Amino acid sequence: MVTLFLVLSLLTVLSALCVVFTRNLIYSVLSLIVCFFAIAGHYVLLKASFLAVIQVIVYAGAIMVLFLFMLMLMNLNKKAEASKPFSLKVVAVGVCLLVLVALVSIVFLSAPRVCFAPLAPVSGSVSALGPLLFNEYAIPFELTSILFLSAVAGVVMIGSYGKKAKKQ
Amino acid sequence: MHPLSSRSRVVVNKTMTFWERLYLPAIVGGLWITFRHFFYKKVTIRYPEIKRIFSPVYRGLHVLKRDDLGAERCTACGLCAVACPAEAITIDAAERKPGEEGLYREEKYAAKYEINMLRCIFCGLCEEACPKQAVYLTDRIVPSSFERQDFIWGKEKLVEPVEPEKRVDVSIRHYFQKEA
Amino acid sequence: MLFWIEKISLVVLVFCVTLVIAMYATLAERKFAAFFQDRIGPDRAGPFGLLQPLADGIKFFFKEEFIPANADRFLFVLGPCLSMIAACMTTAVIPWGHDIVIFGQTMALQIADLNVGVLYLAGVVSLGVYGIMIGGWASNNKYSVLSAIRASSQMISYELAMGLALIALVMHTGSLSLREIVQAQHGGHWNVFFQPLGFLLFLICSFAEANRVPFDLAECETELVGGYHTEYSSMKLGFYLFAEYINMFIASAVMSALYFGGYHFPGLYHIGLSDNSAALVGVGVFFLKIAAFMFFFIWIRWTLPRFRYDQLMRLGWKILLPLAIANMIFTGFLSLLLG
Repeated sequence: MVTLFLVLSLLTVLSALCVVFTRNLIYSVLSLIVCFFAIAGHYVLLKASFLAVIQVIVYAGAIMVLFLFMLMLMNLNKKAEASKPFSLKVVAVGVCLLVLVALVSIVFLSAPRVCFAPLAPVSGSVSALGPLLFNEYAIPFELTSILFLSAVAGVVMIGSYGKKAKKQ
Repeated sequence: MHPLSSRSRVVVNKTMTFWERLYLPAIVGGLWITFRHFFYKKVTIRYPEIKRIFSPVYRGLHVLKRDDLGAERCTACGLCAVACPAEAITIDAAERKPGEEGLYREEKYAAKYEINMLRCIFCGLCEEACPKQAVYLTDRIVPSSFERQDFIWGKEKLVEPVEPEKRVDVSIRHYFQKEA
Repeated sequence: MLFWIEKISLVVLVFCVTLVIAMYATLAERKFAAFFQDRIGPDRAGPFGLLQPLADGIKFFFKEEFIPANADRFLFVLGPCLSMIAACMTTAVIPWGHDIVIFGQTMALQIADLNVGVLYLAGVVSLGVYGIMIGGWASNNKYSVLSAIRASSQMISYELAMGLALIALVMHTGSLSLREIVQAQHGGHWNVFFQPLGFLLFLICSFAEANRVPFDLAECETELVGGYHTEYSSMKLGFYLFAEYINMFIASAVMSALYFGGYHFPGLYHIGLSDNSAALVGVGVFFLKIAAFMFFFIWIRWTLPRFRYDQLMRLGWKILLPLAIANMIFTGFLSLLLG
């Protein structure tokens, strides 16, 4: 179990590093997919099979396909990459550091719940998740769906705006 | 405009009814049509085992005929080469030596008689031009090959064998030629 | 130890059966295509052309291995492999038959009974497009890239309707495990009778996901030369073509398991067979159903013309998706009312 965990972790970190350091965007996206798979593997180790499958369907299966789709459609290769001003780079590094500090502090300040022992198999299953989502966490769940709905509405609006502009 | 055949139909760009727009009934109809074809008589002819019957006037591979005694009929007059629209025939003439009477019917004969099967259009004009009834087109097919050289047929392949039972039958061609 | 032997032998068996069926699916395709067109099809290799797939395979192996000059070599090889792997992965959750007892050991004829089997199916199906996309992009050919883009947008569009049709099915059966779904259809209670619209949607989407006519826009010869496999040759091309037939087989198996009772048929347990032989007959029944669906795939291919791209998108987003949502709401409403 621990060896599996170590292998998966290594894979996760390596592929994540690949995402950042590869110059070729397609390889970058592909390593991100590998990273998502490794994370799904972590979920499986934690007996959260539902979450693992959803991770694969939504992230690896749908969102990354769209990423790849856009890359292919726009033919973005390394030559097309514009050089950014130095000030922008400084700002970017600053923001990233802030995010890093925030994440690390969350991990260290929260109660020490990080453990290798898998949760009870029931807790990760659909039948356990369903009641939780629709009772205890009903309001955040519904709020998220409203967020998605507004995103869909926004996309439709942008799409139809382009059509109108063409007609005129 | 006057229709050329009774099968013409006026195309109307009408809007489809709901039933038509549903598309599924049309798919089922199409499936039924293809399914019926499953049981139709197959049109394929399994070639090497079953050969298709040629038309009696089919023009295929040439033959250089011999007369009844086994002598070559061709006298190398060159009329076939002149008549050939594709210029596929090459002839070298030679004089018959004494003692070769059994081989060649006339005093002059074709030392070389070549037909380039890649140029030949199988029109049959050589056959019509021949005054000696020496060259005929038969119902045989020119075999395929990978080399261009193999398509230049010389006398060794064109002239029919001497043995009476191995002669190439051209009676049908002969008959139709006379009719014409 | 025994567990692993059992599972590994089952994996090998299922893998071999899948490959052999895919092999003979190519022959069936050519034969049936011929019959639909009043021809007799390949009949030279072996009796009735039965060795034709073998001849095709040998031919593929002896063809020249060619990689275009400016292609991305690694991804170019990765593409067909991914296609093949994604196609084969789905076999893991399909229940092929009832448990059988060998030497006092109960053996499940299913590689892995995941409690999220249906979602696993959806996940693996969504991965299938990567092989096409990566191969298409790596070829460095405009037709291949166009095909890759077409394939990905088509997959995403039809996955939605497919997922919604599956959700309606899951609402009806109340389980995500394929085994339980099949068990629930015992005694002629096939899901197709309760979910006819859902089945139709799933059927159409399976055609789209398997890239079969009329949804084979990704390899549309008239517009894109050969689509994503324009630049492929030798066994790499063979992998792509093979993956298509495996996908067809898997789609047929999934449809028969989800909607047509899997290895059940009415009256199977009243004939008076022993448990083991009944299970084996059930496997046979399951494969018959799969064969029927595969015939349907081929039949459709030689009947319908290919969609135009805008028609494809309109069908996916404006017809199938609303229908699937309506079906889902209706199913939810009905199960609330009745149950």
